[in-house]
This record gives sequence, C-alpha cells and structure tokens, in this order.
Amino acid sequence: MYSIRLWAARYARLLELTYRAVEPVIIKLQPLWKSVGYARAEKPVASLEQACKGLLFDCQMCGQCILSSTGMSCSMNCPKNLRNGPCGGVMQNGNCEVEPDKRCVWVEAWEGSQRMKDSDAIQVVQLPVDHRLQGTSSWLRVARQAAERRESLK
Amino acid sequence: MTSRLTIPDNTQAPPAERHGNVGHLERVLRSGQFAVTAELAPPDSADPRDVHARAQLFAGHVDAMNATDGSGANCHMSSVAMCALLAREGHETVMQISCRDRNRIAIQGDVLGASALGIRNLLCLTGDGVQVGDHPEAKPVFDLDSLSLLEIVAGLRDKHAFASGRSLTSAPQVFLGAAANPFAPPFAFRPHRLAKKIAAGAQFIQTQYCFDLPRFQDFMHRARDLGLVEKCFILPGVGPLASARTAEWMRRHVPGVHIPDEVIERLKGAKNQKAEGRDICIEMIQQLREIEGVSGVHIMAHRQEASVPEIIQRAGILGERMP
Ligand code: SF4
Repeated sequence: MYSIRLWAARYARLLELTYRAVEPVIIKLQPLWKSVGYARAEKPVASLEQACKGLLFDCQMCGQCILSSTGMSCSMNCPKNLRNGPCGGVMQNGNCEVEPDKRCVWVEAWEGSQRMKDSDAIQVVQLPVDHRLQGTSSWLRVARQAAERRESLK
Repeated sequence: MTSRLTIPDNTQAPPAERHGNVGHLERVLRSGQFAVTAELAPPDSADPRDVHARAQLFAGHVDAMNATDGSGANCHMSSVAMCALLAREGHETVMQISCRDRNRIAIQGDVLGASALGIRNLLCLTGDGVQVGDHPEAKPVFDLDSLSLLEIVAGLRDKHAFASGRSLTSAPQVFLGAAANPFAPPFAFRPHRLAKKIAAGAQFIQTQYCFDLPRFQDFMHRARDLGLVEKCFILPGVGPLASARTAEWMRRHVPGVHIPDEVIERLKGAKNQKAEGRDICIEMIQQLREIEGVSGVHIMAHRQEASVPEIIQRAGILGERMP
C-alpha cells in the first residue's frame, strides 16, 4: 500500500535495525533450509517474503533485494525501474514524472538513506537486474550465499 | 553461361586506424579548450538529404552534434543511422542511447555497430517515459538504467566483453557520456548521482537546460568538493527560449526542465521576446564559462537550430577556433 510504503522510508532507520536483526536469524536457520532443500523451501519462504515486504514496501519480488541501499524505498516501484538513483524528470515538488500524484521513489530513497546508519550504501553502483530471479526469495538467496561463503572459508 | 561476379576490393581500414584513437570532441576537451556541442533532432524522414540539411546548420560551428534517440518519447529516425550518415560526411557526432526502447542485447549490438560505422561518442541515457510522447500506448523496456548501461558499454570497451562475459574480437573505441540534471529533486543526491555515473564509466556530462545559475553553482560547488570535476568534463545545457509562453509551456510539460519565474518575467517584459531569449542564452553561456570545472556548453535550440551559429559567435566562446 502506498501510504505504508511512504511510512517505511520514513522509518528506514528502525527497519534497517529490524533487518539487521532478522538477517542473521535467516542465516542461522541454514540447517533447516538445507534439510528441507532450497527448492522446496523456496515457495513457502517466497510467499512469506512477499506477504511481509509486499505490505511494507510494495515489494515486486525482484529476487535481488537492494532495500538497504535505497533507504527502504523499493526502487522496483519506479516506473522506469531505476536501480541507481532518480532520473532527470523528477518534478519540482518531488513527485514522479510518470505518476505525477506519487512521490518519486528516489526522493523517498534519498531521505530514507539519510536516516540510516549505512547512509552511504545508496552510492554503490547496482548491477543490471537479473530478470530470471523475478518471483524468487531474496532472503533465501542471502542465506544461501552466506552459507556458501562460510563453506569456502573453511 | 555463368556470369562471374567481381567483388571490388573497397574494404577500408577500420575506423580506429583511419582517424586515430581519439575523436575530435575528446581531443578538444583534453586540450582544455572550451567545447561546444549542440543537439540535432533526427528527421521524420527516410531521406538522408534531410539529415545533411540539418547538420549543415551546425557544421563548422560546433565540436559535435548530438543525435537524439527518440527524445521526448517521440518517434524519429534512429540516432545510430543519423550518426552513421553524418560520420560518413566527416561530422563529429554524439550518439544518444536511451534505455526506454531496447534491452541489453539490442543495445550492445548497436554499440558495436556504431563504433564500426565510425561513431566516437556515446551518451547513455535512461530516457523519457512513453507517456509524454507520441506513442503512449507503447511498452517501455527499461531493462537497464543509465548507470548499468554505462557500465556495460565501458565493459565492451575496456574488458573487451559483453555483459554476459563472452569476449569480443575487437572492442569499440568510444568516448562515454552521461546526462545530469542538477535542477530536479532530490538536490542533495544529484552530485552523488554524478559520482556514481563517473564510477560507472562516464567521461563527459551534458546537463539538462540551465536557467537557474545559483542552483547550478551550488551543484558544481558540491561536485568540486567530491573531486568530480577532475574526473570528467562537464558541459551544462543551454538554449534560447522563443517566448514567455513557450517557457511556461516547457516548464509545465517537459519533464525535468526548471525555469525560474525571473526568466519568464524578463521575457514577458521584452519587446522582442525571441531576441531576448537569445540574449538570456548568451549571457548564461558567458556566466557558465566562468565556473570552475565547466568544460564547455551543450546547446539545445529546439526549433531554433538556425540561431545556434549566431549564439556561439556572440557568446565569443570559440575565440579564433574553427571546429
Ligand atoms: S528491491 Fe526487489 S526484493 Fe527488495 S523490495 Fe524491491 S522488489 Fe522486493
């Protein structure tokens, strides 16, 4: 929902902290994911993720979440799908050129990022979207990548 | 009887060898001279003579002509074809590429083709939304954004590889540009966004129309603080306004264009609004030139292309130079 999405960017700091608390839990649940099997865990976890993040951020389930780099304002809601910052068409009142009655997601993102501890994350250049990941869980991907990293260090 | 075809041997050396590795625009900028580029709208025509007629207006006056890529989401001749026609005649062009109409496969193919055709300068843009143009019912693509586009093209050139990692037998030789709009919110993010574009590979920047000097000075101030002006050439955009009415229309309808009230008031008060619009543009060029870190100007004289030589001459920015 649009108003909740705006709220989320306004409370970016709080959500950042929540995220930081939740992420290790998902990573800790690693043995569970492994025993269930990633493929079988995918569907229920993705549904859960969609429910939570759909409500809070209007998440589009791109599968490669960058919320922590975008001030908790999901950039997949930008009509041009910009992942790296606002286009030049933002109106003087901070609204979107394509959807003039909505705030530019990047205006929200900038303000949100300034409230976050890691306010510099917004300056990282994001890679092009991998469209194959659409609809998949980025939580599970993060967990899996963390586990693989740990494995490779062993 | 079988006729024997003789294939004439007119294969030319590849463009890189013909013109050396550095294009004219890049050479002018690197030598520290004040560069002038101008926007050239591709025609709604399939006749090359229409392209040449337009380019003739600028020839000998500008360092490079920007061929727009469906600007304002309106359909015109493609920028790659336009630049190829002009390159053949020895003109220096900046080929604009927008992410709106093509995905990464089509764009990378166009970049290789453009370089093969002798096009030296590319300007990577996100592009306007389809809703403002003449085909609002079209499906917008936006597979990439301007930053990932820059990164991919820089990869073609420097890593000799497609975005997929597959390698090229010959890399495109291109001078990479990007756009900036210091006049749209969130203002505090704009210099950082410029930094991101430079990190992704931008070597020169052309900006949206500058009518608000204090705002631009502020932007440049922050860009200097971030150490960006040493890393890329910045060419602010300028243009003559035809009348107070056009200015008001542009302000309302062209996304990203910001025209302060003072400019509109000044036009309203003038006897000859068109001449006043040109005077404002010339004054703006002269003031921009004084700003540290400004390497040139980019003139966008929509529907007033014929006035570009006069503006350049009266602004006195070329000195003795003949581009
Ligand atoms: S960045 Fe992707 S995963 Fe994260 S909220 Fe937006 S659509 Fe969902």
